[in-house]
Amino acid sequence: MPSGDPIVRVQNLHKYFGSLHVLRGVDIDVRQGEAVMLVGRSGSGKTTLLRCINFLEEPTVGSVEVDGLKVDADPLRSRSREHREQIRQIRVRAGMLFQEFNLFPHMTVLQNLIEAPMRVRNLPRGEAVALAERYLAKVGLRDKRDEHPARLSGGQKQRTAIARALCMEPKVLMFDEPTSALDPELIGEVLGVMEDLAHEGITMIVVTHEMHFAREAADRVVFMEEGQIVEQGPPEQILDSPRDPRTQQFLRRFLATGAGASAD
Amino acid sequence: MVWVVLLGLLAAALAATDNVDTEWIKTWAPLIAGAAGLTVVICIASIALAIVLAVLGALGRLSTNPFINGLASLYVSLVRGTPLIVQIYFIYFALPSLGIILPALPAGIFALGFNYGAYLTEIFRAGIQAVPAGQREAGSALGMPDRLVMLRVVLPQATRIVTPAIGNEFIAMIKDSALVSIIGVREVLWNAETAGRPRNNTIEAFIIAALIYWVLTIIFSLFQERLERRMARSDR
Repeated sequence: MPSGDPIVRVQNLHKYFGSLHVLRGVDIDVRQGEAVMLVGRSGSGKTTLLRCINFLEEPTVGSVEVDGLKVDADPLRSRSREHREQIRQIRVRAGMLFQEFNLFPHMTVLQNLIEAPMRVRNLPRGEAVALAERYLAKVGLRDKRDEHPARLSGGQKQRTAIARALCMEPKVLMFDEPTSALDPELIGEVLGVMEDLAHEGITMIVVTHEMHFAREAADRVVFMEEGQIVEQGPPEQILDSPRDPRTQQFLRRFLATGAGASAD
Repeated sequence: MVWVVLLGLLAAALAATDNVDTEWIKTWAPLIAGAAGLTVVICIASIALAIVLAVLGALGRLSTNPFINGLASLYVSLVRGTPLIVQIYFIYFALPSLGIILPALPAGIFALGFNYGAYLTEIFRAGIQAVPAGQREAGSALGMPDRLVMLRVVLPQATRIVTPAIGNEFIAMIKDSALVSIIGVREVLWNAETAGRPRNNTIEAFIIAALIYWVLTIIFSLFQERLERRMARSDR
């Protein structure tokens, strides 16, 4: 369970897309072993926050610190080369899972898993393969090792992507709506893997509309609206007895429309 | 089937006019056809050069560096805006006065490769842009440097996307390669011309040349179809 110093520290993060102010000063600390779920309606800035933490979006103002490496926003990229290398280091520490999985279609499952460990972490092939097999077993896909992603179901693809991220042995895993591209019957297998990881003490930040999952697996639920954190706390508190009227309204509407069938 | 009948009629008609010397064809056809090998070699060497230039050109066109970008777009604009035959003349006849002397064969290969490289540049650029942004993001998110993402993630997928288009360009090149005969490269057309001229057998000679180009393009179309089918099977 969560303990000690923050592994992720986001300070005063702002993001503009043109004149659109998407993140309006977000501060959040995530401690070692903590599972944080970001909830809120579409357009509230959850996904942008996640993408700013590993700089897939360049923040406009603020700073991000992952495992002791702090990088300030540099929207003009004035420190170009050095800045890019720091961002790369942040990304090695913060693994990312996408809605659309984004497995490499021209590689087998195993090749997907060993590519970055061999070429980024410079592991010898044997070690990378052993690592890959361990994590494939963990997500229950040991027998899919030599398949191409095209032959996997959506749930298997996302589990493969989780194994691929784990092979980099990151300090934190970030999930951007990992089940929203999946058929309903495949959601459970992915959430199951994620829940196991959460219970094993893997630090994770998850953008999700799956409230049941948040209740089961989260140490903390963070409710966002209009680019700001409105309310946060243990899942029971936020989901059952939210204090802020905006959280109350969101959850009311969410339950009314039936567990995330509509994201808006 | 229809083709066979039509071609048969055409051949019969030509033979009936008495302008066609079938003895001459029997003697010379194999000699002219013997140059098909050189035509194929020229095309393969040129397309290889063109692909190298095109990858560099496409990366240049997508570069944010204004100098590299400008250089790549100048290349594309210049080559696409001038006739291939002018480029061949320039490389073979004009470059020597600048001290760069190329024998006919390398000059022809260079001209064809340089020319097709510009067209393929645009094709490769479109192919690279057709790889979903999520692929790049996935590579970056794994901590891969931009260069590695391009090399290992984007280019292999872009190559698959552009393979059919490269095939089409190659088939067009088989025909355009006839142009290098004007600088004396002894490929199919040069052989036909040289054989046909002295005894005024130009009809026979050029029919043979045309047939050879036609057969070559058919062979490579079949090859291309098979390649595409195999790639379609391997994934997706």
